[in-house]
Amino acid sequence: MDFSQIVPSIPFILEGIGATLKFVSVSIILGLVLGTVLALFKISNKRLLKWPADVYTSIFRGTPLILQLMIIHYAVPQLTGYDIEVFLSAVLAFGLNSGAYVSEIIRAGILAVDKGQVEAADALGVPYRPMMLNIILPQALKNILPALMNEFITLTKESALVSTIGYMDLMRRAEIVGAQLYRNFEPLLVAGVIYWLMIFILTNIGSWVERRMRQSD
Amino acid sequence: MIKTMELTKVFGENTVLKNITTTINKGEVVAVIGPSGSGKSTFLRCLNLLEEPSSGYIWVKDKEITNPKINKLEIRKNIGMVFQHFHLFPHMTVLENVMYAPIKVKKVKKELAEKIASELLAKVGLTDKIDSYPNRLSGGQKQRVAIARALAMDPEIMLFDEPTSALDPEMVKEVLDVMKDLAHTGMTMIVVTHEMNFAKEVADRILFMDDGTLIEEGEPQTFFLHPQTKRAEDFLAKVL
Repeated sequence: MDFSQIVPSIPFILEGIGATLKFVSVSIILGLVLGTVLALFKISNKRLLKWPADVYTSIFRGTPLILQLMIIHYAVPQLTGYDIEVFLSAVLAFGLNSGAYVSEIIRAGILAVDKGQVEAADALGVPYRPMMLNIILPQALKNILPALMNEFITLTKESALVSTIGYMDLMRRAEIVGAQLYRNFEPLLVAGVIYWLMIFILTNIGSWVERRMRQSD
Repeated sequence: MIKTMELTKVFGENTVLKNITTTINKGEVVAVIGPSGSGKSTFLRCLNLLEEPSSGYIWVKDKEITNPKINKLEIRKNIGMVFQHFHLFPHMTVLENVMYAPIKVKKVKKELAEKIASELLAKVGLTDKIDSYPNRLSGGQKQRVAIARALAMDPEIMLFDEPTSALDPEMVKEVLDVMKDLAHTGMTMIVVTHEMNFAKEVADRILFMDDGTLIEEGEPQTFFLHPQTKRAEDFLAKVL
């Protein structure tokens, strides 16, 4: 192992951190918003909402993420003629995919909130929206935080898949350096350490948020 | 204030309320008693439409609330409810619990809502717990917060669904005392309860239910001393 050769390339690899974080954070937000909406659809008693949400989840959980990524980036442009940017493809694939998983997590979280909470809000005349936003979701969120963190961690690691469509993330940069130097071990090791560090920090943020939310216990 | 006519509720194949017809006047304190599973709670929960009646009519202040076009939320603003298991919002402090509905539902200004909430909490003797979270409170304290929370909406009617049944015996009195005070203010109250002494002392009228039917109603003195029906007699023999 010889790291001296890749030292000049390290800044090039590090630039991938920003690229990865940028698209991961946008995807997480997209997934959260979409997942919340889908979860509300799933627990509603209107079949017209429930059914599409269930079908959506089934499709996005039932097919490989890399396939979804390829379809969005290569197959859809073939039909529409619209030349999609790699960043947009990446965010769409990961956000839409994550939305399916997050919706299941949130749905379970909402169902686990004591039914009496809804009754108490009903009895006070609280309308559906504020009841969900102020009473049910905050309690659901507290219970599902570990599961959500798990989903974010998975998404962050799986983000390396976008290297396959040419997005210049951490993984892609490590591969490029490896190809240039004909040495793969060192750049991949650098990328691996960075991924691990990112997850480590993410995990700690999660524990911190969890502690804060347990204040009322 | 409240009138029901032929009020019936069916769950699947179970008819839990059968043709309840009664009238509750303004300022009256009515205790609903009877064996478990007699439909007392279901009756109470129909009055603010937490349960949808299967048939029959309910009028609240001459407005027919069983009309399918009625706005349930509007009706509920004027009817407070206290549950057996409190159902306080666990992620909000005591003060926030009491302030929440006035702000969100009645659009009361935050400062005013806080003032009203503090006064109500003082009235139920919980000024020192204002910033605590519910799970730091005893059962009796929780139930008093729940009463304050319902009163914060300034309702004309209060429903109590076995408010002391989940409490340790030594905490029953503090809740009943708050309810007595409330009764003396002229609040219209309907109380589903197993506390026969409370029913005897505070209620203006007793509704005795069994098997989904309103068997007997009358003033406490008459009812407890001279029940008119065999079923009421049997029940009283067991609980007194």
